[in-house]
Amino acid sequence: MFDLLFIGLSAAFINNFVLTYFLGICPFLGVSRKIDGALGMGAAVTFVMTVAGGATYLLHQYVLIPLGLEILQYIAFIFVIAGTVQFVELYVRRFYEPLHAAFGVYLPMITTNCAVLGACLLIWSRGYTTLAEALVFSFCGGLGFLTAIVIMAGLREEMVFADIPQPLRGVPVSLFIAAILAMAFTGFAGIGAR
Amino acid sequence: MSTVPQLPGAGERLTQGWFAENAIFVQLIGMCPTLAVTSTLPAAVTMGLATTLVLLASNIVTSLLRHHLQPHLRILVYTLTIATFVTIVDRLLAAFLPGMSRQLGPYVPLIIVNCLIISRAEACASRQSVLIAIADALGQGGGFLLALSSLGLVRELLGFGSLWGVRCVPDEWPTFLIFGLPAGAFLTLGTLVAVLNAWKLSRSASRGDNHV
Repeated sequence: MFDLLFIGLSAAFINNFVLTYFLGICPFLGVSRKIDGALGMGAAVTFVMTVAGGATYLLHQYVLIPLGLEILQYIAFIFVIAGTVQFVELYVRRFYEPLHAAFGVYLPMITTNCAVLGACLLIWSRGYTTLAEALVFSFCGGLGFLTAIVIMAGLREEMVFADIPQPLRGVPVSLFIAAILAMAFTGFAGIGAR
Repeated sequence: MSTVPQLPGAGERLTQGWFAENAIFVQLIGMCPTLAVTSTLPAAVTMGLATTLVLLASNIVTSLLRHHLQPHLRILVYTLTIATFVTIVDRLLAAFLPGMSRQLGPYVPLIIVNCLIISRAEACASRQSVLIAIADALGQGGGFLLALSSLGLVRELLGFGSLWGVRCVPDEWPTFLIFGLPAGAFLTLGTLVAVLNAWKLSRSASRGDNHV
């Protein structure tokens, strides 16, 4: 139990997906102009990441390893992720109309979100062995992404009022903010080793 | 690019990727590996070359398949093509450069979701001939390699005081650990983009047109 808590804490803060592993930078910079949009994107990523993390874990553990087909890992994983995104979109559109209105537009973009594939691969390279660990890791990784993108959006909303030198406008200043955020998250480093 | 009726030819495709449409500094795509593996120059160059190789292979295959692509399945075809070549490159790296393969870790498979490759498949390879697709891959891949190398150069020099693992600054010079850390990646890329913007602004100001 304590292990699971620690895996979750580590995925969400200590090794934040965006600010430590640089996964999901494109939406982090692209969809962080408004808090609402950032929240929708973050929620969609967390959702897909949890489902895909569990699905790829099961696929790898019970299909690829017994058949000795680990070399197909990447192809199988990206296929599962693309399928998951399609399936989740259909399901949400059919049964949860308000939810679809809230984050439906972000769903197709998630297929090429490296945070999702990254989470599925990190489950294996970090040696998590049970389904519970895989689910907790991918869910909390998604929460970490949500936290980072919402903080970023909050800061960028305030920045509209700032007088920024011309060459720094847009991307450069966003990257500087990300740098300061990354420094803040470095403060979590060293809490445990796993 | 899609609004222009005439698609660029091979020569233009070969040259535009380096500066005018540089993937990282101008289009700002494919950022994850850019930031993650550029703490040292060798890692940055390896990543740039691996990505170029995958881009070249995927552009060729996509271009050959372009008359058979179904609109609603094309993204899936691109992704599976890319995933296949990434697997090949990953195995090659693990076989011939095992140390580098371990250092790059999950970022090699993450080439699959590098938006640069999929965007070139969509923008160029799925519409134009193999020759132009090859030129485009070399141009865009070269620009990507250039951007990654410049980031790796700055970060390794400032963060570790070395180039390609060889210490090249006087011993009494300080090194800034932050450039080896994630924060330094954001800082370096932000500065490089800002410098490039400033250069473009000053150039367009000297030409006398105000719209940037």
